[in-house]
Amino acid sequence: MRLTTYVYIALAALAVLAPLIGLYPVFVMKLLCFAIFACAFNLLLGYTGLLSFGHAAYFGAAAYTTGYLVKTLHWTPEVAILGGMALAAFSGLIVGAMAIRRQGIYFAMITLALAQMLYFVCLQLKLTGGEDGLQGVPRGNLFGMLSLSNDTTMYYFVLALFVTVFLLIRRIVHSPFGQILKAIRENEPRAVSLGYDVERYKLLAFVLSTTLAGLAGSLKTLVFGFATLSDVHWSMSGEVILMTLLGGVGTFFGPVLGAGIVVALQDNLADKVGSWVSVIIGAIFVVCVMAFRRGLVGEAQAFFGRKKKTA
Amino acid sequence: MKLKSLNVALALALCISAASTQAQVSGNTVKIGFITDMSGLYADLDGPGGVEAIRMAIGDFGGTVLGKKVELVSADHQNKTDIASSLAREWIDQQGVDMLIGGTNSGAGIAMAKVAGEKKRPYFNIGAGSTRLTNEDCTPYTVHYAYDTAALANVTGAAVVKGGGKSWFFLTADYAFGISLEQDTAAVVKASGGTVVGAVRHPLSASDFSSFMLQAQASKAQVLGLANAGGDMINAVKAAREFGVTKTMKLAGLLVFITDVHSLGLQATQGMQLTDGWYWDSSPETRAWSKRFFEKMKKMPSMAQAADYSATTTYLNAVKAAGTDDPDKVMVQLKKAKINDMFAKGGYIREDGRMIHEMYLLEVKKPEESKYPWDYYKVVAKVPGEQAFQPLSKSTCPFIKK
Amino acid sequence: MNPFDIPLQALLGQLLIGLVNGSFYAMLSLGLAVIFGLLGIINFAHGALYMMGAFGAWILMDKFGIGYWYAIVIVPIAIGVLGIVIERLFLKHLYKLDPLYGLLLTFGLALIAEGIFRDRYGVSGQSYNVPESLQGATDLGFMILPNYRAWVVLASLGTCLGTWFVIERTRLGATLRAATENPHMVQAFGINVPIMVTLTYGAGAALAALAGVLAAPVIQVTPLMGSNIIIVVFAVVVIGGMGSILGSVLTGLALGLIEGLTRVVYPEASNIVVFVIMAIVLVLRPAGLFGKEA
Repeated sequence: MRLTTYVYIALAALAVLAPLIGLYPVFVMKLLCFAIFACAFNLLLGYTGLLSFGHAAYFGAAAYTTGYLVKTLHWTPEVAILGGMALAAFSGLIVGAMAIRRQGIYFAMITLALAQMLYFVCLQLKLTGGEDGLQGVPRGNLFGMLSLSNDTTMYYFVLALFVTVFLLIRRIVHSPFGQILKAIRENEPRAVSLGYDVERYKLLAFVLSTTLAGLAGSLKTLVFGFATLSDVHWSMSGEVILMTLLGGVGTFFGPVLGAGIVVALQDNLADKVGSWVSVIIGAIFVVCVMAFRRGLVGEAQAFFGRKKKTA
Repeated sequence: MKLKSLNVALALALCISAASTQAQVSGNTVKIGFITDMSGLYADLDGPGGVEAIRMAIGDFGGTVLGKKVELVSADHQNKTDIASSLAREWIDQQGVDMLIGGTNSGAGIAMAKVAGEKKRPYFNIGAGSTRLTNEDCTPYTVHYAYDTAALANVTGAAVVKGGGKSWFFLTADYAFGISLEQDTAAVVKASGGTVVGAVRHPLSASDFSSFMLQAQASKAQVLGLANAGGDMINAVKAAREFGVTKTMKLAGLLVFITDVHSLGLQATQGMQLTDGWYWDSSPETRAWSKRFFEKMKKMPSMAQAADYSATTTYLNAVKAAGTDDPDKVMVQLKKAKINDMFAKGGYIREDGRMIHEMYLLEVKKPEESKYPWDYYKVVAKVPGEQAFQPLSKSTCPFIKK
Repeated sequence: MNPFDIPLQALLGQLLIGLVNGSFYAMLSLGLAVIFGLLGIINFAHGALYMMGAFGAWILMDKFGIGYWYAIVIVPIAIGVLGIVIERLFLKHLYKLDPLYGLLLTFGLALIAEGIFRDRYGVSGQSYNVPESLQGATDLGFMILPNYRAWVVLASLGTCLGTWFVIERTRLGATLRAATENPHMVQAFGINVPIMVTLTYGAGAALAALAGVLAAPVIQVTPLMGSNIIIVVFAVVVIGGMGSILGSVLTGLALGLIEGLTRVVYPEASNIVVFVIMAIVLVLRPAGLFGKEA
């Protein structure tokens, strides 16, 4: 127990000190945004067992909404973020209500198709700027007072939200609600026979996940100052699956680690290998599915767990 | 609980690897960053050829300015505005890039302008056409160098209406550039007494133009204005021929680069009138430079590539004259200087960032008129810059004093 | 644009283009359905195989000067063999797992294929000329019919009917259907089910590649063409349900036509109409139009 505490203290210290020890804040913020996104996705895949192949839709919808609210309507960032999350929740509710009518592989295809529909809508709407996207979104002043235009200030804001989401997800998973979700994942008919309204639980988990994915998208818009079609594209949905799968489905820290690896990989490789990034990402997918389906953290847990038993 | 320590070890390793990607800011070099489409539909008219042109400019300048080495970094934005924007931000923050050159794609160009403006770095845009760069999206640090959609509209649009093409239908690439070009041309067409019957927007890098051609045909307009560029323009011309649109309508390519004519061939393009800011075969100076370029790239330079060369030289001259690479001082110097090189004669950078220089109305030669490779154009008219570009009085750029 | 002002030529032209797209949807959803039936996985790589089919034709022409009529035979066979290799190397090991892993694996494979082709050929698209014997157009009086597009519709209809015939009306098909229902029983009758599974995946891949070759002269051959179409095909499959072969073919053709019609009436919605229909079907009839599962 003590070790875990030390570990979390060390991590927290590192996160707090990051801008001071010369880490590029924009890079770490990007990492944290995607970590939030992956954690939100993991809530659905890891703890409820639903594979959504269209999570970019909620990420992107919130990204656009926040961008629009800040840039055009001059809302303050915290309200604009809530606005983005609200839209993500709402679209999650509609898509979720439709998609949970089918299971497994159909669920994945339906979420993907509906996300693609949103992509085309964003392509054609005037509000989103179509192909050009929303550019030059200012970060604004938090609560109308604290300017976020400084990278360090923005960084601590993002970090605070990330920590909140991370703890919130832990709380949800350990709550009675989280236990029911796990029961549905393990054996849906049994959950039904126990008298749970499975569809409602699934829908609630879906909406929670899309709302938090929306938070990630909103933050990303503020960090980079843009929302574009890449945010709603299916490849973004693929990336968040990869982050979760690589880090470890159904583990707390896995999605964070997966997000870190994928973001670092893309940042370091993009200008060196060009299109091979996509090949590398594809290859990681294949390796994950073929060789370690529990992901890095999951495999590590299994490894140490086994060692402990034999010791 | 050991597994948790593993988590941390991995996270730490990750953070350290992230830290190592950070480059030291070096004040000892003048660093130029070039971001353009290197692999997509515009790669042929700028792309790797543009990189080569900038390298030639740095080489011709002696490789140093004010005793500091001049360095070039370049990257592919894949026609995605988010990639362009985040690359620009990272280069300025992390790599100490002193000046940015934006290549093709107006969406990406505007995204970079926003970042360069925020970070206060001189930004030359060359390949992108949208007039938004010097109007609603202008910044004090943007220089729009080679051409813009207003100039294309003023020269080609007016010439086609004068030649009898009164009613127009537009086929428009659905992003900043195409929309600017359609709007600017439609305004010119109406002002010269023509009418606009309708328009259809197609996605950037469209894969199939057949349904758009049917819509164009159904419009019964005399002229099909192609408000797109590069690969899209080429494919639209091919589809128009396949569906027999060319029999009933006259095609007006509103932005045609010499590389496009080269890949379509003279048979398909003969007689087409177009606007260009530069033609390789117009003076001994342009021919000499183009010959050097041809030896490296095995094709003749486009306007964009020639302007890449010229813009780099102009910037380095300004740094030399200002005695510093301080962005504000360089911008003051840039807006004072006259540009006289193989690209422009008597060119100057206006307050809103628009570089004013002579434009050409050209006509594509018939196959039998072409005497040697890349002998493609006849010069129909030379249009003075003041006449071709939008007058400063019409600019909607917020910081222009009126 | 008022729909009543639209000349017949434009309307029929758009419908024809819709029918051509519908033919591709039909062929691809047919392949997906056949693979799903026997392997129980959704083949995300189907789009990539289609793209490789188109590129295969283009490469044969560009690098070796081998024409369309050879390509239409050589390429599907080559991609079919590639499919067999993929099945043996990867998919074989996943049958006992949750079918979602098959989806994720084939998604990864699709990314790999797309990345390799993007690296080699860029994203701007290559043109493949219509074969000489099918160039030109026939004037039907009320409309001008480009010959090649007519051929695409006929060829894909023929292929779909052929596939349907093999599966529903032959002994081989009967065995296949039986293996779908109960693989152990069929195995007990002395039929090598694993080989049948492998060959089925190969045949599905070949079908996708054939669609790719047919598509090459109609659209720009780009590395992204596969992922662009596969998501629409997923929607088609959800609408039709994967229970019936004829059902998926009909759904594909019908949706292509509806898309064409949308392009006449309200072009802005043509990209999303398939997804809207999918949403409506999900609300009214969750199992799909031809689906069996509740």
